Amino acid sequence: MPRTLFDTIWDAHLVRPESDDTPAVLYVDLHLVHEVTSPQAFAMLRERGRKVRRPERTVATMDHSTPTTPRGADGRIPVTDPEAAAQIAQLETNCRDFGIPLFALGSERQGIVHVIGPELGLTQPGMTIVCGDSHTSTHGAFGALAFGIGTTEVAHVLMTQCLLQTRPSTLLIRAEGRLHPGVTAKDLILGIIAKIGVGGGTGHVIEYAGPAIRALSMEERMTVCNMSIEAGARAGMIAPDDTTFEYLAGRPHAPQGKAWERALADWKSLATDDGAAHDRAVTIDASRLEPMITYGTNPGMAVPIRGEVPPSDGEASMERALGYMGLHPGQRLLGHRIDVVFIGSCTNARLSDLRQAASVLRGRKVAANVRLLVVPGSQSVKQQAEAEGLDRVFREAGGEWREAGCSMCIAMNGDQILPGQYAVSTSNRNFEGRQGKGGRTFLASPLTAAASAVAGTIADARELVE
Amino acid sequence: MIRTITSTYVVLPIDNIDTDIIIPARFLKVTGKAGLGRHLFANWRYAEDGSPRPEFVINRPEAAAARVLVAGDNFGCGSSREHAPWALADFGFRAVVSTSFASIFRNNCLKNGILPIAVEPAFHRKMVAAAGAPAAAGPPPTVTIDLETRTISLADGTSATFPIEPFPRYCLLNGLDELSFLLQQEEAIEAYERRAGGG
Ligand code: SF4
Repeated sequence: MPRTLFDTIWDAHLVRPESDDTPAVLYVDLHLVHEVTSPQAFAMLRERGRKVRRPERTVATMDHSTPTTPRGADGRIPVTDPEAAAQIAQLETNCRDFGIPLFALGSERQGIVHVIGPELGLTQPGMTIVCGDSHTSTHGAFGALAFGIGTTEVAHVLMTQCLLQTRPSTLLIRAEGRLHPGVTAKDLILGIIAKIGVGGGTGHVIEYAGPAIRALSMEERMTVCNMSIEAGARAGMIAPDDTTFEYLAGRPHAPQGKAWERALADWKSLATDDGAAHDRAVTIDASRLEPMITYGTNPGMAVPIRGEVPPSDGEASMERALGYMGLHPGQRLLGHRIDVVFIGSCTNARLSDLRQAASVLRGRKVAANVRLLVVPGSQSVKQQAEAEGLDRVFREAGGEWREAGCSMCIAMNGDQILPGQYAVSTSNRNFEGRQGKGGRTFLASPLTAAASAVAGTIADARELVE
Repeated sequence: MIRTITSTYVVLPIDNIDTDIIIPARFLKVTGKAGLGRHLFANWRYAEDGSPRPEFVINRPEAAAARVLVAGDNFGCGSSREHAPWALADFGFRAVVSTSFASIFRNNCLKNGILPIAVEPAFHRKMVAAAGAPAAAGPPPTVTIDLETRTISLADGTSATFPIEPFPRYCLLNGLDELSFLLQQEEAIEAYERRAGGG
């Protein structure tokens, strides 16, 4: 029977298939761990006197609560928040006690968990990948089945390298046509979520396909898969191709030599078979998309940047969202005052994102009313950006160039917008209070974010770069 | 162990309540689970000065005894933080009723003894309407949830069945930990690892 990409990976990882009474036991190839969702899981191991079954399949880093403030004279990143310091110290202890490799704060390979997995070549086609973090869907860009889990499940994977899972449904999203210049992968995924809704993918694993997806670079594909969870999907995936293999070749953890040849042969077979049916299918015409921006308090509330806040549907949720955002139906977003621009997060803080932002900011100044934060996704991204002089572009424009981490995406580490302030952010969630209590977020691409930083209001980057 | 829950309920009928609303990220800098109930819905529940907003539903006196929360569609969307069900459980909730739940949140609830009960929109509207009646009209409405029969019944006798997978239901009914089952799979896991070419 023809199988979808999802079916193939699922079937290959079944330790025990689903029965009428029990869920499937699914083997996990790679388990990524970070400081916020793991301490209680390690405590469960200690309570039960258990070891980590496969420490070599486990990798930890710290990203969520870590500061992104500049290093001290000693080259270290100071952690001043005692709670964050305790969480960071706990992860260090846990990794030491259980033999788990850790990319610690300040080390060369530290960064946002979903940025470092791919850049180190840990993320590979055909794998099952989990992490106590919903944006684990990012790794699906490589043709892996990757999804977020809760802390109890983190403990399950640490102890058994397996998870209990019921088989999700599959949703095919075909993106036809090509994105126009100035329209990015971020706009594509915001357009998709606006179309299917924030619950539109619930219970499903999305497979993205079609010419507009094939044309994307790996970093762009990661941006798309990253936000699958914002449509409620468990995971998002893209079948691997030459773009994937070229990205992976020579990465520190990618197979080398003969093993590479074998892996490649294997990976090339990872595709949805002709005639395999997904449970649902949606088509979107990428060539009709404009740069997108959100106006509400979930990522599905997005419109083309030159558009208006849509009429209220009369539902309490929409009224509440507009009230919180201080916007009204029919209002144009272009030209709306902003206070902060955040360029960062696992959605848009890889090198290509920073290059795009820099292409707008080069030789320009950030408006006086705007605070611009540029937070690279990893130490490695930071080093590469600095080697190209991007840090200077951001600094000379008047922006802040920070250490790597989640930063203002989740506002756990002190980087936050203030009550009532408006921010254009390249992150993935515009939830109430997400970027700081009372803060109001417009989600957009790095191009839009950079153009808005210059204008001091929401701006269309196509007017600046053309 | 959960068999039936009979309790008054309170309603928060807003769609797409995300996990950042259930518990904001600034309260996740903990290494334990205890006491998170005080941060439940923190941004909606407390005023700027930290004092409780008396009108917010879980601050009202009737919420103290309520074990069931009725919330809007797509409840628990957003992050995988298990702190969300920990906070709900610590506050005292044993079930959440909605028209749908986000997948990771739903999973996390089942692992923490909170029943995610999905009902049809009409049934949901009925529950919300019953709670919306002026307080003077009588005591807060009650609900009974029977996990054995997978039914949810209202005081007026109407009832509905709700979906729940057999395995978590069995575990919850018998007070078993899903982990024990997983740990029993050791042989199959080893066999898989041999098949797949080892670790
Ligand atoms: S950058 Fe934001 S979304 Fe990504 S892992 Fe960090 S907190 Fe989560």
